[in-house]
Amino acid sequence: MAYSEKLIDHYENPRNIGSLDKNAEDVGTGLVGAPACGDVMKLQIKVSADGLIEDAKFKTFGCGSAIASSSLVTEWVKGKTLDEAGTIKNTDIAKHLALPPVKIHCSVLAEDAIKAAIADYRAKTEKKTVEAEESAQAAE
Amino acid sequence: MNAINGLRRNDQPIYLDYQATTPMDPRVLDAMMPYFTTKFGNPHSRSHSYGWEAEEAVEKARAQIGKLIGADEKEVIFTSGATESNNLAIKGVAHFYKERKNHIVTLVTEHKCVLDTCRHLEQEGFEVTYLPVQQNGLVDLERLREAITDKTVVVSIMAVNNEIGVIQPLKEIGALCREKKTFFHTDAAQAVGKIPLDVEEMNIDLMSISGHKIYGPKGIGALYVRRKPRVRLVALIDGGGQERGFRSGTLPTPLCVGLGEACEIALKEMGAEASRLQTLRDRFLTSIQAKLPDIYVNGDLEQRIPGNLNISFAYVEGESLMMGIKSLSVSSGSACTSASLEPSYVLRALGVEEELAHTSLRIGFGRFTTEQEVDTAAEDIARHVSRLRQMSPLWEMVQEGVDLKSIQWAAH
Repeated sequence: MAYSEKLIDHYENPRNIGSLDKNAEDVGTGLVGAPACGDVMKLQIKVSADGLIEDAKFKTFGCGSAIASSSLVTEWVKGKTLDEAGTIKNTDIAKHLALPPVKIHCSVLAEDAIKAAIADYRAKTEKKTVEAEESAQAAE
Repeated sequence: MNAINGLRRNDQPIYLDYQATTPMDPRVLDAMMPYFTTKFGNPHSRSHSYGWEAEEAVEKARAQIGKLIGADEKEVIFTSGATESNNLAIKGVAHFYKERKNHIVTLVTEHKCVLDTCRHLEQEGFEVTYLPVQQNGLVDLERLREAITDKTVVVSIMAVNNEIGVIQPLKEIGALCREKKTFFHTDAAQAVGKIPLDVEEMNIDLMSISGHKIYGPKGIGALYVRRKPRVRLVALIDGGGQERGFRSGTLPTPLCVGLGEACEIALKEMGAEASRLQTLRDRFLTSIQAKLPDIYVNGDLEQRIPGNLNISFAYVEGESLMMGIKSLSVSSGSACTSASLEPSYVLRALGVEEELAHTSLRIGFGRFTTEQEVDTAAEDIARHVSRLRQMSPLWEMVQEGVDLKSIQWAAH
């Protein structure tokens, strides 16, 4: 299968490989896919106090297209707000990397991974707000 | 190092996919050349020397093939390859004996051309038993005994599996088939010239042979059809009645000569080649095991041809590994490399879990593989597996002590 130069570049020189502390309050983690299906992506975002994604890391078990898709989205989300990052579409990823039709699911998974990371971060902050409100009420 | 050096150009990847196909041995090509040009006669022409010359060459090739498997030359039919041989053998006997018998026994790990032939016969009304294999890839003889009934016309079990290289107990299967009065067909495409085969000793009634798996030309194969006791077949291709009426069509003289020569070389060099390949394989495996934890060999390592390994590199997906090892040509059991997007059905039949099936590579060594190539391959694979594990979330979780089975993965 012939892959695009951009895809091969992301496979050979993946951006932002690594892990952030998944227990940190300012980190959202998305873990999507399944080993039995041959793809698992872990995508993490670190969100600044003013709501911007200041860092992103990934680790991926999967084919070259899956690795490239996740590498690409870590680049794309950096500097974006959560709402902006949430609008990244799998079709944009597939188009940018010129994914062959059988590999479209890799871009879908990458989109799912960002959404999952954002949802995880939001769940954490909501919980924190609720806890803060509860402790404030308790103090009253 | 073997007789021929320098077959590979320096800019080509190292070829480690000898179960897919083999390069033609230059000695085979030499034998074939005159039959393309000066000795071009139709071997079925009876009225002039061009025809006689070609016929003589074809008959010599038939004898060379027969000798390698302990058969008489009259029992060897030329075909276009092992796929046609398998089709002819199974459909041929099934159709000929259909008034009396309607049942076929085969294995779930057979080559697609056997499985698909059986599916086709099922649609015609035949019954087929697809026997599972044991965890090591070998047939359970007791289950085979139980599967054969008085309606079983043929048992079709491959000699050597194309993905995992395991050798089925042919002699025991043959004895069982003889006892139960059913024919024994074996797809020996991966076995001929690699391990000693004897149709008498093993009670084989039909055997499929491929040219291009044994350093011969592509586009030619053969089917051994036993004469005593006689096996009858309904032909797939009708016409001039060549090949005892089993396979009409003008024989491709140069290809026949090539297959014959390939068989003669194999007979002469099989012993030495097998021990050389065994040494190379052991060297590769020892080296890669020393470099990498969590790797698993699929299929029995003892009952196996020396030129094959099938290894799962846990936590690293097969296609991404192949993208990394660009200087090596291997094949993968991963779904991502197959048109069907399903992981290997052979590995699944062994009970290899899907997550491990996705991480497997088939590595094939052959006549022109060198020690240096094996060392380079082991180093290259180890380096890329390590690199990809560093970016694998599964590897990270396992290192942290997470049991991957405890996680609720979302299937997609």
